[in-house]
Amino acid sequence: MGQVVLRNVNKFYDSVHAVKDVNLQIRDKEFVVFVGPSGCGKTTTLRMIAGLEVISSGDISIDGQVVNNLPPMDRDIAMVFQNYALYPHMSVYDNMAFGLKMRKFNRREIAKRVEEAADILDIGNYLRRKPRQLSGGQRQRVALGRAIVRHPRVFLFDEPLSNLDAKLRVQMRVELKKLHQRLGTTAVYVTHDQVEAMTLGDRVVVMRDGVVQQVGEPLELYNSPANRFVAGFIGSPAMNFATVTMMDGDGRLTAKNAGLDLEVPQIHAERLRGHAGRQVTLGIRPENLHVASESDPAGFTFPSKVEVVEQLGSEILLDVRVGTDTMVAAVDPAIRARVQDQIRLAINPARLHFFDTDTEMAI
Amino acid sequence: MIEGARWRRWVFFYMPMALFLVFLLFPFYWMIITSFRPDSELYRPWNSINYNPFWTTKPTLEHVRYLFEETLFSNWLWNTTFIALASTLISLVCGVFAGYALSRLNFPFAGSLGTGIFVTYLVPQTLLFIPLAEMIRNYKLGDTPWSLILTYPTFLIPFCTWLMMGYFKAIPKELEECARIDGASRWKAMLYIIIPVAIPGILSAGIFAFTLSWNEFIYALVFLSSPEQKTVPVGVTSELIRGDVFFWGPLMAGALLGSIPVAVAYSFFVEHYVSGLTGSVKG
Repeated sequence: MGQVVLRNVNKFYDSVHAVKDVNLQIRDKEFVVFVGPSGCGKTTTLRMIAGLEVISSGDISIDGQVVNNLPPMDRDIAMVFQNYALYPHMSVYDNMAFGLKMRKFNRREIAKRVEEAADILDIGNYLRRKPRQLSGGQRQRVALGRAIVRHPRVFLFDEPLSNLDAKLRVQMRVELKKLHQRLGTTAVYVTHDQVEAMTLGDRVVVMRDGVVQQVGEPLELYNSPANRFVAGFIGSPAMNFATVTMMDGDGRLTAKNAGLDLEVPQIHAERLRGHAGRQVTLGIRPENLHVASESDPAGFTFPSKVEVVEQLGSEILLDVRVGTDTMVAAVDPAIRARVQDQIRLAINPARLHFFDTDTEMAI
Repeated sequence: MIEGARWRRWVFFYMPMALFLVFLLFPFYWMIITSFRPDSELYRPWNSINYNPFWTTKPTLEHVRYLFEETLFSNWLWNTTFIALASTLISLVCGVFAGYALSRLNFPFAGSLGTGIFVTYLVPQTLLFIPLAEMIRNYKLGDTPWSLILTYPTFLIPFCTWLMMGYFKAIPKELEECARIDGASRWKAMLYIIIPVAIPGILSAGIFAFTLSWNEFIYALVFLSSPEQKTVPVGVTSELIRGDVFFWGPLMAGALLGSIPVAVAYSFFVEHYVSGLTGSVKG
């Protein structure tokens, strides 16, 4: 079992309010990812769950037991740190066995569990080595091994992949996912990388300035972001934003600014009608733009001027100027576009996002 | 290294280094050569025909024999060793714990306490020995090794504490946090993780403390009076300089034998010692 509940959790550092009223229920066996820019309070929240930071107010409970005043050793959790924190003077075996020795397991049980973990992580050949004799990826595995031998109720990961090079990071990401599927232990994972968050998490918690912005499954965050921050943070390249004025003319709703004159599709029109005559923020993901063809209704297209062409092979990223705004469009790699070309782009009408310009909340 | 022509390397590297080495090592050379020269050579006037101050034709162990048979040199050696080891041990234990507490535990006034400890190190011994002498007299410790074993820590503990504080600060705090999540109490995390990782720092603090107490002069001169209680630095200078007569041979032999243990200690731990000073901990 490993159910973690955070109830109105706050953290103050002197006068700085680092974590504000976080409420969250992490279900047993769930993989929850905290994501956000640096300084958003995600690591602090994780450290409070671990017992490494004192909770200023609110409760954290694990399996129904409030753990606010429980020292880290009694919470039955395991943590993997960003810099691995391997004990430099101990062999890989002793690193993994340390937690079991502290908990007075007998020698045979320790050997069995370490070998089991070494098997899972494929580090059986390095058990006698010291951490400094290992590569970054191997150290990462040892750090994972040290966590899994304990069979804890909850795994806590503090940006465990950010010290690895890009290729290894992708590889370890997949392995972490497999490991979680195999062990089924509840996991709380902190990262600033939205790709890690999207790929690993059963649910993702987006934080900014100590406040939880949205909690949801990865696709939920992608498809219906709760506010402009989440919309801009999730997805790569980031969503394009443009401030437009909603115009209501003979029953047709249009979104206009210096470079855009878009018809608002029927599916959005209902909830936007109240904003007629006011400014709202329009959000379009780069992948929901394409070069317009005959079949695109004129109301869903707009003119633009190409400023930069980025060839990625699988797609082309066009940095274009639309009126006074710049946008990025991810278009078909077969498109021949050159800098300074005037092209017409079309939107995917079902995939538009609108945000209140003042509150930044989704409309 | 120096780039360019060969002469540049000679002028800017080898020659300055040679000068520096001569300047540093000549006193040691003088000490060694004097220890093994017979008195007849040592006291030969400078204008005699075969005057040769830098070399000896008839090396002798006479001065060493004199030291061990005619003076209490073996007593002094033993006293110095015992006092230096005991005061180093006391100071290391206190210094390691104090350094850990000051660098890792967030308690009120930790910073000012650290500075306070450092300030006590700055009080010159030449002033401090006056009140200390009073205390030694009151506790009737005068003329015993304990007068030094208990007073040397007054300057060794601040020194060890500061060295260890710096070293503990360089150890990533995640190591300890990880140990505490792994099931260790703060005490066990310190014992099994932090102290083993800090061994190079502890060794360098130990070597420094040992050298400082081995060489200490003022306290030993003031607190010890009978010849058989003295330490090497005090014994050699007080028993082998009688009035204005310097017994140069035994004096230098005593200095030579007195510096050997320190030299051995340094060379034995030199690797640890260097890594302790540069404070490198790699995870």
